[in-house]
Amino acid sequence: MIRVDGRSDSPSLIRVRGLNKTYRRGGENIQVLQGLNLDVDQADFVAFMGPSGSGKTTLLNLLGGLDVPSAGSITVAGDEITHMSASKLTQWRARHVGFIFQMYNLIPVLTAFQNVELPLLLTKLSKSERRKHVETALGVVGLSDRMNHFPRQLSGGQEQRVTIARAIVSDPTFLLCDEPTGDLDRKSADEIMALIEELVGKYHKTVLMVTHDPVVAARAHTTLHLDKGVLVEAASKGVLVGGVA
Amino acid sequence: MALFLFTFLAVVRSAFSRGTELAGADRLVVINRAGLINVIPLAYRDKILTIKGVKAVTHNNWFGGVYQDEKNFFPQFVIDPENQRQVMTEMRVPDDEWDNFVKDRQGAVVGAGLAKRFGWKVGDRIPIKNALYGPTKTWEFVLDGIYHNDHPGGDESQFWLQWKYFDETVPSVIKSQVGWYVVKLDSPDDAVPVAAAIDKGFANSSTETKTETESAFAAGFAKQLGNIELLILTIGGVVFFTLLLVTGNTMAISVRERVGELAVLKAIGYPDRYVLFFVLSEALVIALIGGLIGLGLAVLAIPVVGAALRGLLPPLLLSVSVLSAGLAFAVFVGVASGLLPGVGAMRLRVVDALRRV
Repeated sequence: MIRVDGRSDSPSLIRVRGLNKTYRRGGENIQVLQGLNLDVDQADFVAFMGPSGSGKTTLLNLLGGLDVPSAGSITVAGDEITHMSASKLTQWRARHVGFIFQMYNLIPVLTAFQNVELPLLLTKLSKSERRKHVETALGVVGLSDRMNHFPRQLSGGQEQRVTIARAIVSDPTFLLCDEPTGDLDRKSADEIMALIEELVGKYHKTVLMVTHDPVVAARAHTTLHLDKGVLVEAASKGVLVGGVA
Repeated sequence: MALFLFTFLAVVRSAFSRGTELAGADRLVVINRAGLINVIPLAYRDKILTIKGVKAVTHNNWFGGVYQDEKNFFPQFVIDPENQRQVMTEMRVPDDEWDNFVKDRQGAVVGAGLAKRFGWKVGDRIPIKNALYGPTKTWEFVLDGIYHNDHPGGDESQFWLQWKYFDETVPSVIKSQVGWYVVKLDSPDDAVPVAAAIDKGFANSSTETKTETESAFAAGFAKQLGNIELLILTIGGVVFFTLLLVTGNTMAISVRERVGELAVLKAIGYPDRYVLFFVLSEALVIALIGGLIGLGLAVLAIPVVGAALRGLLPPLLLSVSVLSAGLAFAVFVGVASGLLPGVGAMRLRVVDALRRV
């Protein structure tokens, strides 16, 4: 269940309290997030929406350990990540976070198989074990017959599937999706969303997604709106609305 | 191209310094103090032989003729057959060939490299035109012998003719005048005192001498062509600096174009040092591939260029040390050109990079 009031006492998979993020731009302090609270449980599927500059991507970056907040705390599966060193955060990301980007960002000189294998090269798995994981991940996204293709030989939708396979191959704690259908046509977008829904429903993955598209957002369990760094509205099943703590 | 040029320059530099390196440590060269083009009396030989530390003395003159065409240049020396082999011990002629040469007033001995160049064999008649000693005249020679040099890379390009034939034929003003003496010492340690003694013996005479070791003479001779070392080092330095700028810029552009890929690698958990390693490895591989191609071209081209420049330059030999230096140069360029972009990539903030993608 998703909560944004900061009053939940029961352990959540992802727990955010009093999150602030301020940037310095041209001598001026710009506060992007202001005292944000959030509780997300296992197998929750959350969509964040809001206008440009509202802080959606900033929130995703903070949750993914790619950035450090100005204040507040983020705890994921019991690990408080807000005070981790850069190198510890890197190791933590490798273990806990799967990223799905809008622009796929596949390595063009690697095949689909090799792209999906990238996160596993950081582990101690043997070559045969890695092969097994990669084949499984590509099977989940329906690209078993494309594993030796290069990104240029794949359609946009197929490239995004490879990105999803890369994100899930190391069985991360949760997935972060930044506009996963932003570069796709409607049909491909629907296919990708169906796949993400399957990951949530069948494989109990926790997914946090940023999108501009209300049709895409409607596929999530919950949609939270960010406006100038503040949670101003949340609507859907199983959400306790509270705004700023 | 840079590696090819580097290798070629290194080989040329080595060719010029080889003369100095291969020069006999136990030999001195005596020339006219006024300059190499001036002659010395033949009579000086007997006096030189009396100096303590002198084992043997031979003399040479520059012949400077033309074989068929002026572009067929090769060094031609008038030699003293009685003493040549006692002094120039590394240039070996089979005894029977040498005996025939000594008996043959119009005989000639050539280096193995020179014989191969023109397809000469023992018994061939070789006409050479000469305009240096009187009116232009064709001198006829019979090839009696071929010498080989004991030293790897040693000179095998010379043409030797008999002193007697030369002295009989030249105008009287040049008769009994030699170009230079080569003195064989009992020991290399005698070089300094013997050289001093020779020059002292002819000081204040009508023909004063200048005596130095053979290696010093070879080095001085090479310097007459200009400061080859400085020229080569300057060209090499410019090549290296330009190459570093170009490859460094190429790597910087490459990293900039792949910011997205690097950002994703960091996002999914690749440590900063891995990113540095990737960029450095790429720079190194590119430099090594280019370097190997350049070195390969040099291996193929240098023998061809050397053959074309035969006689104008010392033999061009591509040694293992030059090839190793070339490879080391490629490695250094790879690392140096990849270092700055690699450090930049290492320090890349993922959030900033993803914003740019």
